[in-house]
Amino acid sequence: MEKKKPNNGGDQPQNRQWQPKIVAFLCHWCSYAGADLAGISRIQYPPNIRVIRVPCSSRVNPLHIIKALQHGADGVLVSGCHPGDCHYGSGNYLARRKFALLKRFLEFIGIEPGRVQFSWVSAAEGQKFASVIEEVVEDVRKLGPARRLVKNSVK
Amino acid sequence: MKQIQSRLRQTARQLLSEGKVDLLIGYRQGSLPLKTTPCFVSQEEEAVGLVWNSFCTNNLAVYLPGLFRPDPRSRKREEKKVGIVVKGCDCRSVVGHLKEDQVPREDLVIIGVPCQGMIDEKKIVAKLEGKEIIKAKEQDGQILVVDEKGQEIRLAKGNFLRDSCQVCQHPVPPLYDILIEGETARQALSDEYAEVKELEERSIDQRWEFFQREMSKCIRCYACRNACPLCYCPECFAEQSQPRWVGTTDDPSDIMAFHLGRIFHTAGRCVDCGACEAACPMGIELRKLTRKLIKDVEELFGYETGVSVEEPPPLATYKLDDDDEFIK
Ligand code: SF4
Ligand code: SF4
Repeated sequence: MEKKKPNNGGDQPQNRQWQPKIVAFLCHWCSYAGADLAGISRIQYPPNIRVIRVPCSSRVNPLHIIKALQHGADGVLVSGCHPGDCHYGSGNYLARRKFALLKRFLEFIGIEPGRVQFSWVSAAEGQKFASVIEEVVEDVRKLGPARRLVKNSVK
Repeated sequence: MKQIQSRLRQTARQLLSEGKVDLLIGYRQGSLPLKTTPCFVSQEEEAVGLVWNSFCTNNLAVYLPGLFRPDPRSRKREEKKVGIVVKGCDCRSVVGHLKEDQVPREDLVIIGVPCQGMIDEKKIVAKLEGKEIIKAKEQDGQILVVDEKGQEIRLAKGNFLRDSCQVCQHPVPPLYDILIEGETARQALSDEYAEVKELEERSIDQRWEFFQREMSKCIRCYACRNACPLCYCPECFAEQSQPRWVGTTDDPSDIMAFHLGRIFHTAGRCVDCGACEAACPMGIELRKLTRKLIKDVEELFGYETGVSVEEPPPLATYKLDDDDEFIK
């Protein structure tokens, strides 16, 4: 008799509802601490993010984002300190310029708006962190799994 | 044209004989018709080989950073004075090199030539539909081509200008030590960003289709990068292995990642000289992509590339009230 496999969600994608994977680059001084605060305060948010801590939002190179999309992220979030709050003085201002260009450019070549997002979250904004994550996950869920730029299966 | 050429030769001879430059980068006749080739002149007598015509397409600025790069071991660079012949676009690349500290101003003699627009050889070849071109020369705004049967064909130069020349806003070099006087340069011909706007207005799927189609032609020869005056890094991200930024396979996503990296590295730096597109053996529309960034840099930061050495690069500076709309 065939043994029934236990249904624990399984690791086959077709066995369970698809869940978006979001890579979140969080700056050490603000957004990462904001995420921490959300945790400490027991604020619920979707478990779809994989956090990568960076010293500053301006540390994030456009290639980091592209690489994340290439290798399985369905969405990318970059989050840093509010303008004026950068630990290094001006990192987030420089990042803002870089990402303004990148966002337009990615959309120009046909990457869906919403795949790559940006936010300012301070160390005191646990609640905002949770709601940003909720929004990003919701946006990416609507877009569906990433297909463009994905390695070995560009569609 | 002929006048410019003789003045150019004379200037070159003088600079070399007076020891004001040790090396001069210019153009000489290529071995094929419709082509010139870059040349490096260090002897006074060689100055007669310099040419100036509508086929001086290469951006010679691409050679500068390498000439001034310090020896990796001794960290010293060879003392030498270099002269360079520049059109408007090449000159703006040199401005970029000066801004990025790649070239010492005091060792550089910039010989500016007002440009009347250069010919796109590929357009002439396409027009002649397979006829072989044996000889070509320029005469009163016309290109005279002789095919393999000895037949002479006259072509109006205006119809065969390079795309980048048609939208060029700076035919006269903005910075020079010596300006070769010549016929006044022409006005830019068409709406500057028409082709970018046209693509912007298409649907997201159509834009993706465009990007995918163009990228699928790429054979990753890196000619676009090598021809670009901005790409002077001794080690390119495309070849770095620690970390490996982009895979070296021909998987479409790796090709796209290479291009996104290359193109983004030109942000706020590209002067639209068209060297990348001209170098591409696969005819990929690279300028449409780099020009999107030029347009956005202008729109977002009010910055025009290559006109001032002092103005800081747009991505190395900021304003407190830069656009914030897109950030949550
Ligand atoms: S990217 Fe192309 S058009 Fe821009 S400077 Fe480089 S070679 Fe010239
Ligand atoms: S020159 Fe053309 S084919 Fe070669 S790497 Fe660049 S885009 Fe690809």
